[in-house]
Formats: sequence, structure tokens, C-alpha cells
Amino acid sequence: MENLHLVFPEIFLSLSIMFLLILGVFKKNSSKLIQNISLIILLITAVITFNETISVSEEKLFNESVIIDYLSSFMKIITLLAAFLVLVISSTYLKTFKIFKIEYPILILSSVLGMMIMISSNDLIVFYMGLELQSLALYVLATFNRDDIKSSEAGLKYFVLSALSSGLLLYGCSLTYGFTGSTNFDVIATQLNSNEYALTFGIVFILVGLAFKISAVPFHMWAPDVYEGSPTSVTLFFTMVPKIAALSVFIRFLYVPFSNLIEQWQMILIFLSIASMLFGAVAAIGQTNLKRLVAYSSIGHVGYALAGLATGTNDGIQSSVIYITIYVLMNLGLFSCLLMMKRNNEYYENIDDLSGLSKNHPMLSLSLLIILFSLAGIPPLAGFFAKFYVFKTVIEQSMYFLAVVGLLSTVIAAFYYLRLIKIMYFDEEKEKYDTNHSIWLKFSLTASTLLILIYFIFPSQLIEVVSKINIIQ
Amino acid sequence: MTDIGLGHYLTLGAVIFSIGIIGIFLNRKNIIVILMSIELILLAVNINLVSFSIYLDNLTGQVFTLFILTVAAAEAAIGLAIIVVYYRNSGTIRVEEIDKLKG
Repeated sequence: MENLHLVFPEIFLSLSIMFLLILGVFKKNSSKLIQNISLIILLITAVITFNETISVSEEKLFNESVIIDYLSSFMKIITLLAAFLVLVISSTYLKTFKIFKIEYPILILSSVLGMMIMISSNDLIVFYMGLELQSLALYVLATFNRDDIKSSEAGLKYFVLSALSSGLLLYGCSLTYGFTGSTNFDVIATQLNSNEYALTFGIVFILVGLAFKISAVPFHMWAPDVYEGSPTSVTLFFTMVPKIAALSVFIRFLYVPFSNLIEQWQMILIFLSIASMLFGAVAAIGQTNLKRLVAYSSIGHVGYALAGLATGTNDGIQSSVIYITIYVLMNLGLFSCLLMMKRNNEYYENIDDLSGLSKNHPMLSLSLLIILFSLAGIPPLAGFFAKFYVFKTVIEQSMYFLAVVGLLSTVIAAFYYLRLIKIMYFDEEKEKYDTNHSIWLKFSLTASTLLILIYFIFPSQLIEVVSKINIIQ
Repeated sequence: MTDIGLGHYLTLGAVIFSIGIIGIFLNRKNIIVILMSIELILLAVNINLVSFSIYLDNLTGQVFTLFILTVAAAEAAIGLAIIVVYYRNSGTIRVEEIDKLKG
């Protein structure tokens, strides 16, 4: 066990969670303290991950059931930083609804631990345990505002559909285990042969389960309801962090155990991608609630990220990783704006509430304008480059149909982003919103907007970092 | 009399799995039934894994089953807790009436 230091981040995080639980039991009114400690823990875990594992090219531990490579380290650091930002900007919101409790940061930490295990898994059992640790914490988070009927309904729906998808995924795992004789990803890869009829079944079940988790069409039906009903800070968490983990699991499954069956899953992925892009663009048009709109827009964005994966090349994987990174940044900005729309202890989340925002809050609406342009993919903002990389790799693989549909859906999606901008700048103004936001909320909005704005000056930095991800040898 | 082999166990697993899936989608009455259906799905997976494990003479499947049993218990606990919270807010657990969020 000379390589144990590679799992120090997970060990540290799990010990910290237990420590925080005990602290929460014995110390009264410690929610503020636990919130601050959790923030520090997330940062320390990110630093440990960076120090211990970023330079490791590929190491396998515990009978090869855990893999540490560049992809896992990169995704873990993004997950931890995203969770940190979510936690730090959500405290005002939680206090307003009187749900600022010790459980909130602890649940976020445990779901992050589950995601880190998922990202590092190289075995079906380890993967399943990570997935369930993540989901069980997320069910409770969705129901966190438990005296609100919307929040409890969101939790109920998320629980039922997510448990169903776990069941499908497990059934696929059992078939894969039965027909390859192992749960280890590398062994599965060598044992797979495409003539086995039942194995294709197993792969389809696993892909369906994963598509549920990442909310790709046609398995998206939970997303709009859950995103609308959950507390906004939890919605922010849902749109960013589990997607990172689910995308890296997608990469791992497709390119390690199922790499020999690319003909079988490529069509499925192309279908998922096209359906998500089109549905995300069309269904968002009629929405009146901003959180619901974000849900449909996130379905669309997942479609673009899956388009990169469908190519079956290292470039495609890298472009997907870049896409999800930039998407996380844009969502952070968007939700910071949402969390700023507050007046007399009440949060506003309908599209009408944006009307005339530019007259009262010029800076807020300018940032929102930049973020929405970036989500729509208008150059020279970061969102444009994200889409550009994906479509470049798709076209290099001569998958023209996918590229054409993707570009068309970008045009359709631009309609509702531009409509928001029109409402913000040209409609009747309403009452002013509060301006006394917490320093972290202002910081996250400014930082994400600036990064989106100046990304085109140094695009090679992110590409260089991501280009070390080489899953396919 | 034919011997009971792997095929029979897999068929049993597939049948229970399908009953679970159908139970989730056709059920219009009670949310507890959905919880039972989810449990059925997980049990079908367990039957599959154990029979594969015997057939392949490989213990991994049985270890996997133990993990799934543990997780299923945790999941049922959280599911029931969420149902209780929902019942307190709405006064009903009929599936048709869970429609405060459209869709």
C-alpha cells in the first residue's frame, strides 16, 4: 500500500464529514461555524488533490478498483471548486428561508465525496457505491426546504426517478458482470466481444442509467420539476456539480470497458446528443420560470457535451471536458444573478421579474447580458469557444449531420436567451431589488463574468491543461 | 423434469425487473407502491448477480449483492422520510395529486 497517498483527498474528506457531524451534535447553534469549516475543508481537499495526484499519469489501487489519472484529478478539482463556490454564495439564501442548518454543508460534502469516488472508480462496485452516496445526499438536498410543498415534491420526484435509473443501471451492471465474469473495467474491456447479444443489452441499460443522471433527452423528465422546486442554491448545485461527475463517468465507461464496442454505443450517443440539443432549445421557449428555463438550457448544453463524446477520439473527450468547464462557469454567473434578484426577503424567479432591470441595476444587467450571450454562443465570449471546439472535433470525424443539427439548435436556443435580454433592456421597469449582497456573491458574479469576457485573450491555457487527458491509447 | 439452470434464474430476474418497471409507470394510486416497485427492481438485480456468481464460480457477484442490499435499505429509509415530509405538506400521497410542479 505504498500508493495510499493518492487517495488522501477522499480519506481527508470522509474523516472531516464525520468530524463535522459530531461537532454539529455537541455544539449548539453551530451552523455558521460548520459552514466555514466545510469551506476550508473543500479548499484543503482541492489542494491535496492538486499536490498528490495532478502529476500522476496513471495509477491503480485496491486491486485495480480505483484509478487515479489526469482526467480524475482534473475533474475532482473542478468538482471541489464548484462545490466551494456553491456553498459560499448560498448562505444568504438559506438564511432568508430559515434553512441555514448544519446538515446543508455536510450533505454537500458527502455528495462531493460520492462524486470523487465515482470519478475515480475503475470497478462496477466502487462506481455504484460512489453513485449512491452522491444520490442519497442529493435526495435530501432537494427536499431541504421541508416546509415548502414545492421543495418536498421536487425531492419526491427526484427520489423516484433517480432510484429507477439506479435500478436500470444496476441491471445493466449485473448483465455485464455475468457475461464478462468480472466487475473490473479493464477485465471487462478485454472480455467484451460484440457478438454477445446480452452484453449489448447490458450496455444499453448502463447508458440509459447514466443518461438519466446527466439528464439527457429522452430521460430528462425529472430535471425541470426538480430544478424548479428545489431551493435555488440547491438548483445551482444540481446544474453544475453532479453533471461534472456524471460526464467523467460517461467518459470512463465509454472509453475503458466499452471501448471495443464503439459501433454499438456511438449511434446511441449521437441520438442522445441530437435529441437533447433540439429538445433543450425548443422546450425552453415557452417557459415563464427562470429556474425551469435554466433546466431546459442545461439539457441542451448536456447535448453539446455528449456530441464531443460521440466522436470516439481524444480530441472529442477534451472538447467535452472544456465544454463542461465553461458551462459550469456560465451557470455560476447566471445563478449569482438569480440570487441577487431579492427584495424585502423575497426572491424573484420569474422571467417577468427581469423586466426593465437595466434601468435600476445597470451593472447586474450588463453581467447578465454577457452571461446570456455566452450561453447562446456568441463570439468572442467563452461559450462560443466551447461550442467551437466541440463542433470542430465533430466535423473532423465527418459527422456532418450531428454538426448541422447542433448549429441549428444553437440558433433556436439563441431566441430565448435574446428574449431575456430584450425583456431586461426594453420592457417596463419594476421596483428596485436589494443591493446589499454578500461580498462572495458579488465576487462570484464579477469573477465568472470577467473570465467569460476575457477568455478569448488566453484560450490556449485551458486547452493546454485539458490536452493532458489521454484516455484512448 | 429438467434441471433448473442459469437461464431459469435469469428469466425470473427479468420478470421481476419488468414487474418493478411496470409497477412504477402504471401505478396511479399510491406512492408507497412505487417504493415497493423500486425494491423489486433491486431484488431482481440481486437474483441476477447471485445466479451469475454461482454459475461463474466467482464471489464478486455475492459481494456486490451485499452492497446493494445495504444501499437499498438506506434508500428505502430516505424515501420514506421524503414521503412523510411530503404528506405533512400536502395531506395526500396519491400519485395523481402530485402535480404542484407542472409536468
